[in-house]
Amino acid sequence: MSRVAYINARLLDPASGLDSPGALLSEGETISDVGPDLFSDGVPDGITTIDAQGHCLMPGLVDMRVQLREPGEEYKGTLESAGRSATAGGVTSMVCLPNTNPVIDDMSVLEFVARRARKLGLAKVYPYGAVTKGLMGEELAEIGLLSESGALAFTDGIKSVNDARIMARALSYASNFGQMIIQHAEEPSLASGGVMNSGETATRLGLGGIPREAEIIMVERDIRLAQMSGGRLHFAHLSTSDAIDAVRKAKACGQAITCDTAPPYFALSEIAVGDYRTFAKLSPPLRAEQDRLSVIEGLKDGTIDAIASDHAPHDEESKRLPFAQAAFGGVGLETLLAVTLELYHNGHMGLLEALGLITCAPAQLLGLEAGRLQKGAPADLALINLERGWKIDADKMHSISKNSPFDGHLVQGRVLRTIVDGRMVFSDDI
Amino acid sequence: MTAKTAACAFYKASLLFRFMSEIALDHIRFPHSHLLGIEGLTPDVISLLLDRSESYVERNRHADKNLSVLNGHTIINLFFEDSTRTRTSFELAGKKLGGNVINMSVATSSVKKGETLIDTAMTLNAMHPNVLVVRHNDSGAVKLLSEKVNCAVINAGDGRHEHPTQALLDGLTIRRRKGRISGLRVAICGDIAHSRVARSNIHLLNAMGAEVRLIAPKTLIPAGIKGLGVEVFNDMNSGLKGCDIVMMLRLQTERMGGGFFPSVREYFHFFGLDYKKLANAKEDALIMHPGPMNRGVEIASEVADDIGRSAIREQVEMGVAVRMACLELLSANLDKGGKS
Repeated sequence: MSRVAYINARLLDPASGLDSPGALLSEGETISDVGPDLFSDGVPDGITTIDAQGHCLMPGLVDMRVQLREPGEEYKGTLESAGRSATAGGVTSMVCLPNTNPVIDDMSVLEFVARRARKLGLAKVYPYGAVTKGLMGEELAEIGLLSESGALAFTDGIKSVNDARIMARALSYASNFGQMIIQHAEEPSLASGGVMNSGETATRLGLGGIPREAEIIMVERDIRLAQMSGGRLHFAHLSTSDAIDAVRKAKACGQAITCDTAPPYFALSEIAVGDYRTFAKLSPPLRAEQDRLSVIEGLKDGTIDAIASDHAPHDEESKRLPFAQAAFGGVGLETLLAVTLELYHNGHMGLLEALGLITCAPAQLLGLEAGRLQKGAPADLALINLERGWKIDADKMHSISKNSPFDGHLVQGRVLRTIVDGRMVFSDDI
Repeated sequence: MTAKTAACAFYKASLLFRFMSEIALDHIRFPHSHLLGIEGLTPDVISLLLDRSESYVERNRHADKNLSVLNGHTIINLFFEDSTRTRTSFELAGKKLGGNVINMSVATSSVKKGETLIDTAMTLNAMHPNVLVVRHNDSGAVKLLSEKVNCAVINAGDGRHEHPTQALLDGLTIRRRKGRISGLRVAICGDIAHSRVARSNIHLLNAMGAEVRLIAPKTLIPAGIKGLGVEVFNDMNSGLKGCDIVMMLRLQTERMGGGFFPSVREYFHFFGLDYKKLANAKEDALIMHPGPMNRGVEIASEVADDIGRSAIREQVEMGVAVRMACLELLSANLDKGGKS
């Protein structure tokens, strides 16, 4: 069994609060020892040694919202390109939405995706199952069988479960299997015809607006439905202050409700749309500055439980269009770490707190054994240079699709090595 | 003065005029390579366009033959959306300046119209036109196209975004009738939400120092419009008080996805311009409409046809002069290699 020692590292483990110089030893696929005093007398013979040169060794990132385009739209992205993107971004586990073609509403598709990803041996892929058959919002998918096959939770992906009765039943039925429903919160009729945040910028550009209320109404409704059905509910990528407030209140009342957000919603605002930049066309849309600040507040006070990349690859033909016709979404796997670190570099929160939102927090939400530097845990690691500044360049990304809303942004924090199950799957110059 | 000397004087004057209009461009320059919108144009630049347009108005009324300003230039009218008056107006303007004008209408029924847009742009670009005049039903589409071509692009209307030559011709009409734009109180009434004409006019009127009011039912007032520097009214009678200009907009039912107002009858009752509502405006208030009009929907026929108050036909006339000025100034930039 191969043994690798990582020495001279700054160990960062958000789960245990560890931030100290030290070393880590992996044996095969697992972490066999970690701590400040490990190898203080030198590394014994027969162990491969990697000198971290003082850089940060942390658990690999857990990204709980990634769209794969395989099967179905391989020209936009494949499991392999997603895997390479992920590992270049320090992501060792990603959870994918069921909006592939065919939809992951059936065990065979779920098993296909899982098997293909395992074979590639890049970042680990865990699928969500669809809440409704074909994501049509009408009939429940086989939630029980899918969870037996390994679906981590259930969601209709980029579509809201709009019918209140179906949503209540889904919450109720999924709770039989201890499963969570993840909602993309947007009231579709209120959002229809909209392509960016409703307000002065949309009016100025002559673009249809999606009002903030489309998100708020759905969040408030679903909180009631969760209460009524006793189900476990999670909201994906919240973007408005009032929706976050609603979750804050529900949590204060002891309801089992959680939520996440994505980097664009705390690092960008609708200004990024500028002169019809379709890379900034996201769902939910980029909001006003006030909402951006509220998302940061929500992250700081713990209302928002996790950060996910919301990775949504689209090829040029889907984005080089008049704004109204362009596809929603941006790639994010390769920028998740650096943009999240803005929260730390800008002084909004501590380093471990920020890293927790992309490691142990999502892992815990989904019951994944990942996101920790702990004896016996899988050796899924990222070695990062915390301070190194770099410019995000979409053209240099590993993703087949280059539609990053952060193209050209200056960020700090770079992945040097990514390790999955003890194997080095990505390396950059130290 | 005999008829002969009068004719002679007129001929000399017209010669001089032609001379001026063909020469004077050495001293003036439009500082952009495209005309994509009014937003961002400075008052100086807007005045430059209006002055230049003005010089063509009289000439168009008397001239017997076309100018040669655009000899050897190719202008392509690329319309992805139906239009009669704007396209004809651009065509006439181009021909009056001696340019070759080609009209292209592209069907938009295809689902893949976005691909058509870029593909068409690349194809046309390869034919090296000097000016592309583009109309498209998506906001921002003309800007996107302008990024893919080497020639000058004029926006002839993109979605609900801008329609700059319409605002310029409206500005010219107002300036000629009222002698100024600054300090006037202008009401823009009706379907603001779906109107590119409203947006371009708001930018132009604000830049030129007018007071802009919008009057419409709340369902047709888009979010955050006050940020563009306007006062919003939801009632014609109070909104029209003291107005110098009443600008009516066409109700764009083809852009409406249902339920902005209950019926045409109800709309006309509250927001259609008739003499009773008009009585709130100044006595000499000028009535304008970008056309085509829905008579009995947003404007009563008798008001639209009131020769003493309505400038609607004059607007059409100004349209040709304005488009001549725009074509000329943008082409001149290309000749001088003066893209910016």
